[in-house]
Amino acid sequence: MTFEIILQAIVSGLLTGLIYALIAAGLSLIFGLMNIVNFAHGEHLMVSMFSSFWLWSLLGLDPLVSIPITILLMALCGVLTHYLLIRYILKAKMLIQICATFGLSIFIRALAQFLWTPDFRTVDNPLLEGRIEAAGVFIGQPQLFASVVCLFAFVLLYLFVTKTETGLALQATAQDREAAEILGIPSDKMFALGWAIGLGCVGVAGGMMTNYFFIFTDVGVNFALFAFVAVALGGFGSIIGCLYAGIIIGLVESLGGLLIDPSFKLLYVFAIYLLVVIYKPQGLFGRY
Amino acid sequence: MENTLNTARLEPVWHTNRRIMLLLAALALFLVIFPLFGPNSFYLHLMIMIFMYAVMAQSWNVIAGLSGQISLGHGLFFGIGAYTSSFLFVEYGVTPWIGIFIGMFFSAVIAVLIGIPMLRLSGHYFAIATLLIGISFQLVFQRWEWVGAASGLWIPLTEESSWYALQFHDSKVPYYYVFLAFFIVSYFFVWRLSLSKIGFRLRAVRDDYQAASSLGIDVSKYKIIAYAISAMVMAPMGSLFAQYILIVDPDRMFNLEISILVLLMTVLGGIGNIWGPLIGVAILIPISEYSRIYLGGTGGAVDLIFYGLILMLICIFRPAGLISLFPKHILERKKQR
Repeated sequence: MTFEIILQAIVSGLLTGLIYALIAAGLSLIFGLMNIVNFAHGEHLMVSMFSSFWLWSLLGLDPLVSIPITILLMALCGVLTHYLLIRYILKAKMLIQICATFGLSIFIRALAQFLWTPDFRTVDNPLLEGRIEAAGVFIGQPQLFASVVCLFAFVLLYLFVTKTETGLALQATAQDREAAEILGIPSDKMFALGWAIGLGCVGVAGGMMTNYFFIFTDVGVNFALFAFVAVALGGFGSIIGCLYAGIIIGLVESLGGLLIDPSFKLLYVFAIYLLVVIYKPQGLFGRY
Repeated sequence: MENTLNTARLEPVWHTNRRIMLLLAALALFLVIFPLFGPNSFYLHLMIMIFMYAVMAQSWNVIAGLSGQISLGHGLFFGIGAYTSSFLFVEYGVTPWIGIFIGMFFSAVIAVLIGIPMLRLSGHYFAIATLLIGISFQLVFQRWEWVGAASGLWIPLTEESSWYALQFHDSKVPYYYVFLAFFIVSYFFVWRLSLSKIGFRLRAVRDDYQAASSLGIDVSKYKIIAYAISAMVMAPMGSLFAQYILIVDPDRMFNLEISILVLLMTVLGGIGNIWGPLIGVAILIPISEYSRIYLGGTGGAVDLIFYGLILMLICIFRPAGLISLFPKHILERKKQR
């Protein structure tokens, strides 16, 4: 095994890690805001990839061009999820909240399978193709571009949450719903906004991945599982923790696959989850 | 939660409401003599599936309803039960009757091993962990050559129907009675459990773990006990189902759909209530079996669309399940004067 192969694994792990980070940030934002885990997160990612695919297939829009539309669609999807489902279970027991989003995930995935069949699809001849070589390492252009865009979106999200007034209002709602309401921050609107932004992140990641990834109805499952792990690793409600956690997961996945056995990639990542929740349940950057 | 029914409230029903007891006795009698009417094998199959899922949903009800922890990978223990008894029979010729108990033992051990680190954590982390572990087990069994990897284990057919090998080739009636027996025993066991000291401590932990722990209840210990018991209730169904279809493979035995169904049935019927799972099963299993006839087996996941929708609607409108539709005075203790 040469140095180049390991370097290659590190680079590709880093690139996928950035995508995991953005998906996890969406999950973490919602989790931190209303203490609800979106078990349908992977299905939302799948929906965003399909919307990007259909925009290409039916209207001929390249996934790169249709990114704003995908983000808007997903934000709308988030607002709908909040107003049609989440709003009614806000005060319910955690048990019921888990069952409700789990039900949503079953529903979306089965509906997609019914409408679009479980076939694998790809986007042919996207604008961005080919690969570049640097220091003996090959990087697919779409992968590189997707990761850069995800990192950019991540930075925007971070700046939004920490620097703008609306972002601070979001954080206030996350910390103490009642106190925020007394100060005139409408928590219902904040929750809807949280869902819109959370799924908007998923829209960015999904839209960018449509360029090079297979599009099928179960595509979101693994990404969602990794996002759960990333949120646990990064710490409850910590956005910046998701970035580090996503990168760690990407590296573990690609290096574990290279050095041990690629068919057990999922298990290595799950092992991190178990280790983290056992030894450092507050995560690496957790508030609690 | 005011609209949640506690199993505790059911207790006095047995002393005060003779009508319900008579009704249950009549139901049990009917189930025992049902095969004598000579139903065709589809109805026997339907009843067997109802018994099986009723026990599986009850198992989930023990961990979720009694101790308040959501397990999203409960099919895991179904698979462990199925694999243990089948493997022992295929490799060493051990009768499934013994294999069932060894399967229960393994399930309990695995539950304790998972429970010790995980049940100390908040419910979300436990739910995610069970989801991950359930998938990991399927992944491992798909690659594990020793237990047949992806093609699984084929249970060798005996020449004739045999109680020793728990195989019946010419009639489903013996299977019916075996499943019925396990159904009755499991329900009786969980009912006794919910009225025992353990049951009350579990409910105390579920409703207010801080208050419970201030009263000297070891919170994580009781959660682990509930998880182990729940696993032990689930495992025999895997063993019996393996004997019923005579093949064990990772895609069937560790199917995520099992975990989804037990959750759905319990939530639909009424979580935390001993009769809840039975109500959910009695509604969903006939629908699912009939839809399999009319819509075809793997037909585009139509039943899953329906399941997901019901689950969301129940969570929004009837979090206490369909059992909460029954008039309260039947289910609740009469007011003390």
